[in-house]
Order: sequence, then C-alpha cells, then structure tokens
Amino acid sequence: MGTGNNGRVSNPREQWQKAFEESRLRGDGFQTMSGIPLDPVYGPEDGEFPGLYPYTRGPYASMYRSKLWTMRMFAGFGTALDTNLRFKEIIKAGGDGLSTAFDMPTLLGLDSDDPMALGEVGRCGVAIDTLADMRDLFADIDLGNITTSMTINSPAAVLLAMFVAQAETAGVPRARLGGTLQNDILKEYQAQKEFVFPPRQSMRLVRDTVAFTANEMPRWHSISISGYHIREAGSTAAEELAFTLGNGFAYVELARQAGLPVDSFAPRLSFFFNAHIDFFEEIAKYRAARRIWARWMKERYGATNERSMQLRFHTQTAGVSLTAQQPEVNLIRTAIEALAGVLGGTQSLHTNSMDEAQQVIAYETNVAHVADPLGGSHFVEALTDEMERRAEEIFARIDEMGRGSMLEGCITGIEENWFQGRIADSAYELERAFNRGERTIVGVNRFLEGNEEDNLDILKITNEDERKQRERLSGVKRERNEPAVLDALDRLAKDAVDPEVNLMPALIDASLAYATVGEMMNTMAGVFGRHVEVPTI
Amino acid sequence: MAALRVLVAKVGLDGHDRGVKVVARLLRDAGIEVIYTGLFQTPETVAAAAVDEDVDVIGLSMLSGAHMTLAPLVVQAVRARGADIPVVLGGIVPNQDVEELRAAGIAAVLGPGAPADEVVRTISTAARGEHRHQGV
Repeated sequence: MGTGNNGRVSNPREQWQKAFEESRLRGDGFQTMSGIPLDPVYGPEDGEFPGLYPYTRGPYASMYRSKLWTMRMFAGFGTALDTNLRFKEIIKAGGDGLSTAFDMPTLLGLDSDDPMALGEVGRCGVAIDTLADMRDLFADIDLGNITTSMTINSPAAVLLAMFVAQAETAGVPRARLGGTLQNDILKEYQAQKEFVFPPRQSMRLVRDTVAFTANEMPRWHSISISGYHIREAGSTAAEELAFTLGNGFAYVELARQAGLPVDSFAPRLSFFFNAHIDFFEEIAKYRAARRIWARWMKERYGATNERSMQLRFHTQTAGVSLTAQQPEVNLIRTAIEALAGVLGGTQSLHTNSMDEAQQVIAYETNVAHVADPLGGSHFVEALTDEMERRAEEIFARIDEMGRGSMLEGCITGIEENWFQGRIADSAYELERAFNRGERTIVGVNRFLEGNEEDNLDILKITNEDERKQRERLSGVKRERNEPAVLDALDRLAKDAVDPEVNLMPALIDASLAYATVGEMMNTMAGVFGRHVEVPTI
Repeated sequence: MAALRVLVAKVGLDGHDRGVKVVARLLRDAGIEVIYTGLFQTPETVAAAAVDEDVDVIGLSMLSGAHMTLAPLVVQAVRARGADIPVVLGGIVPNQDVEELRAAGIAAVLGPGAPADEVVRTISTAARGEHRHQGV
C-alpha cells in the first residue's frame, strides 16, 4: 500500500487511477465494435496494476491508450547510399525511428576489402567501413530529430563513435542524439556468435559505452539486452527469459563496478524478446520478465527510480518458426506471434517480412484498448508464476557459477560453454520432437498437400555492390591523411592498454581521421586478443 | 563396414550454428562419426581438415546467403588437394540456386525442414558417390 496525494493510504486501484489520470491519452471512447464501453484495465481493487510495482501488467498505467507500440522496420542492404534512400522513404512515410542492419563483415568488425568478407559485403545489411559511409548513410537526415537504432555488438563502440563523429560533423551535438545500440555482447558468445574479442575485454567496451552515454548522451539507450537470438538459437522460453535477464543483471553489476549509480544508467536499458508460436507461454514470459526485473532492480541492486525497475521491451516475431514450405502460412504464424507480443505489452514490434499484421492488430481488433487483457486468467497467471520460478532456478545456477556475482556467473558460464550447451540441448530436443512427429509444423511434417516449389521473388544482392563498396573504401584510403590515421590508431592502442581509460574519445578521434572499422578493431585486438570458441557438438 | 566419417563445417562469417549442431547430433545418433570445424572457417581450412581427417563427406551449413560464392570454393579447394570428397550443402538455400550449385560440384543440397532420416540418407548416398552420377 502506498500513500495517496493527501497522505492517506490508498489501495492499488486508487494509485493506478491517479497515475492513469495523469497520463496523456491518444483518444477517448474506447469501446468494443458493438459499442460496449471498456475500462482501461480490469481486476480487483488490491490486485496488480499496470504502471505499479512490480509492473507485471505493464510498465505504464495507461499502456496503449497513451501510445500504441512502435511499428519498427529494419532496413539495411547494399551500400550506404542504397540504405539512405530506404531511410528517407521510411521518414517520408511518417516513420520517426530508423533501425539499421549492418552486413556481416561490419558486424564482425571487418572491412569490405578483407578476404574473409568475400561474398558477404552488403548482403544481410549495409556495409560501413569509414566515416564516409556513415555520412552517406545519414545524408539529408536530421539526426537530432529522429531516433536511430543500430543492431551491432562486437564493434558497437566503434559504430557509436562513428555515429557521434558524423552527427557532430553535421552540427548535431551528441547530447541531442536519441537511439539505441544493441551492444549486448554476452548473448553473442551464448547464441549469435558474432564475437571478436574475449568476453572480459568485450565487457570493458560495453562499460565504456554505458559510461560514455550515461555522462554525455542522455537520450541514448546504451544496451538492448536481447533474448531474441538466444531463442532463435534454440533455447526454451524459460531459458530465453532467464539468460536475457541474467545478462541484464551482469551489465548492471558491470556499470556499478565502474562507479555508476544504478539509477544513472538503468532507466536507459531496454530489452528485446522473441515472439515464438506458443501463444500463452510467450505472454507469460513477458509478464514474468517485467516482474522479475522490477524485483531484482529494487531488492538486489537498490534502484529507487521507477524507470530503473520498469522493463520495456522490443519484440520480433520468430524467424525460426517460419518455413520455406507453403510460405503464405508464415503470414498466419507471424500474425499470431505479433498478437502475443501486443497482449504481452510490448513497446515496439517487428513483424518478419510483412508489416500489415501489426496494422490489423493495432487498428482493427481493438485488443489494445485494455491493458494486460489476460491478467487474472487463472491459466496465464499460473504460467507467469511458473516462468518466473524456472527463471529463478537458472539465476541461482548463474549466481553459483559466479560465486555471488551474476557478472562473473555469466562470463564463467560462457567460458565453460554452459549457456551454449544448454541452448544446443534444447534445440536438439525440439528437433527430435519434430522428427518423432510430436511437434507439428504445418506444411513440413503434417498437412503437406499444397506444397509447391517456392516461387516468391527474393531480393538478390549482387556481387556488384561488393565491388562498388571496395572501390569506395580504396578511394577513401587514398584521400585520407595517413599520418593522422596512424596517430589516432596509436592513441587508441595506448588507451586500450590501460583498463581504466574510456575508449570512446579515442574511437571518435580515429573515426574523424577516417580510420576504418577494421583498423580500429584490429588495433584493439592487438591489445585484447581474439576470442576463439572451442567447437562442441 | 567401418562407420562413415563426416566433417560438418561453417565457412565465412555466418555464425548461425543451431543447424550445424543439430545435424551433427542427428548424424552421431545414426552411428556416423562426426567432426565439427567450429565457426569462421575458410574453404582452405575446411578442405585441409577434411583431407587430414580422411572423411567420407563434408557437410557445409550456410544461412547467410553467401553460399553461391563460398560453397563452390570449398569444392575447388578439396579438388585442389587432389581429393574427391563429396560436399553436401544444408541451410537456407533457395530452390533456384540448386541447379547452379550442382553444376559447381555440390553433391546435394538439404533445404530447411529436412527431416532426420532425409539428412542421414543424403549424407550416406553422397558417401557412396551416387550423387555424382545424377545429372550434373
């Protein structure tokens, strides 16, 4: 029980009502199709409410009555100029957030002319080698007026530095920049496998970006703690939940060790979850995630700012649930998964390939009128409790591996292949269930009639883009001031040797000198070493 | 007959290792000896490992879209070592690409959703060299 505005103890409903009344709404007269008026939330006076600790029912009192989730579109292909055209289309169509996908060489900190980049340049995202590409990418876009999210991890600090360098060159000070860096390196070792440096050295770079943004970029979200890839790699829902939040606790401990007060950075941590096909399990997962995060932040890490305790998350529908067979069925899967994300209270949503599913959910179904519409269902509440219980079991194991430190537990678990092994075991279990016919996939192991050759038009990226990007890079290298590049890389190497130094200033200076992503990464690798995963089956 | 030996491999920058690990376990459960290269290999390191380990088949797993560039290079690297080890490709490979891959010497392509028995059968068939006589 809290105290109301007149000092009187008020019940949860009264506290919620007060917060709701203080919220700005996007409309009024929320009702069913037949005209039945709908309350913003349903439940007993003394139950859980959205916007109230522990936020099981949602981080905000008014939820989608104030603002629908953000319908995010991921873009990035070919050269920076190609992607810039797409960005401008998105902005013209009313989008206020850009989400950048980088190609594999960039994700691994390699330049487009690296022999290992062969066949990959510009294929799964945009290729960025130098500040010149960053300038092309954001040409004619006011970075002070939109938010930019960058899906990048191992070289996150380098790309953030390049982004700051580009914005400030264009006259937008870093303090005005809003956006999100994925920057979640722990899940790279556990699941996505786009790692470069060893775990501890990578965590130093995460610390540097968190500290830099906490001090100088108040609108920036420094880490998007991602379960999506853990799930795509084969984990169960409970493992996705627990590994992701466990990683979140590790980042909190990392930043606290660097002397940052918890409430100075935690409000700008956000999460990214998968929406898989088991509808109720996914909804229970999101509800449990909010409750666990709130409790741990308050009780274990001493957060006092509500925003540090409110878990906000982005959702993407499950790529692994889609099939090459009968591809039109994927629209149905995606719509069901997207609905789980919305009923689970997501703050933003990415639907694979086709965006119309979100528009139908948002504007036709009325499901967004009432916050946490499944709260109070005996089934969903029990499943939420069970997800929480299973997650707590996993946290206990991680804590034990770290001898009382979640940070150490996550790193040790990675070094000992514990996370990787559990994910591989779960993936294999699912595959065996599929092979035994216990798990049905329509069009793949049942209901095969109607299977035909896939004849969808697929976007093909040609090797022509790769050639163009390499030419562009050699042009930049010809024109830049070589001694300035060497000086900047020299300073970067010196700063890297001293673990107390924040590497962001050296990375920004190197970016301004047109050092390449690969040069900066190689310079740091000279000090940090490189991570090699022990291959296990 | 001695057990088949298979090298499962990831070439290039593609870090998606769910499929390769699942396939490795499926093959192992079917009594096949499996060696996994780990991530980020080059066509040369894969060919060298395959020859050194004297495997019967190479299983390549590719999900990033770079298969048209890299898979033929693996075949060439194997042949450059004077070996004739069949290369089976699995992953996200559009049907339209299969014919060209076969022409480039890939013994067989396993698409997404291939059931365990098909995976084992394809690998065993490739080991016997039977794909070589089907079309080009």
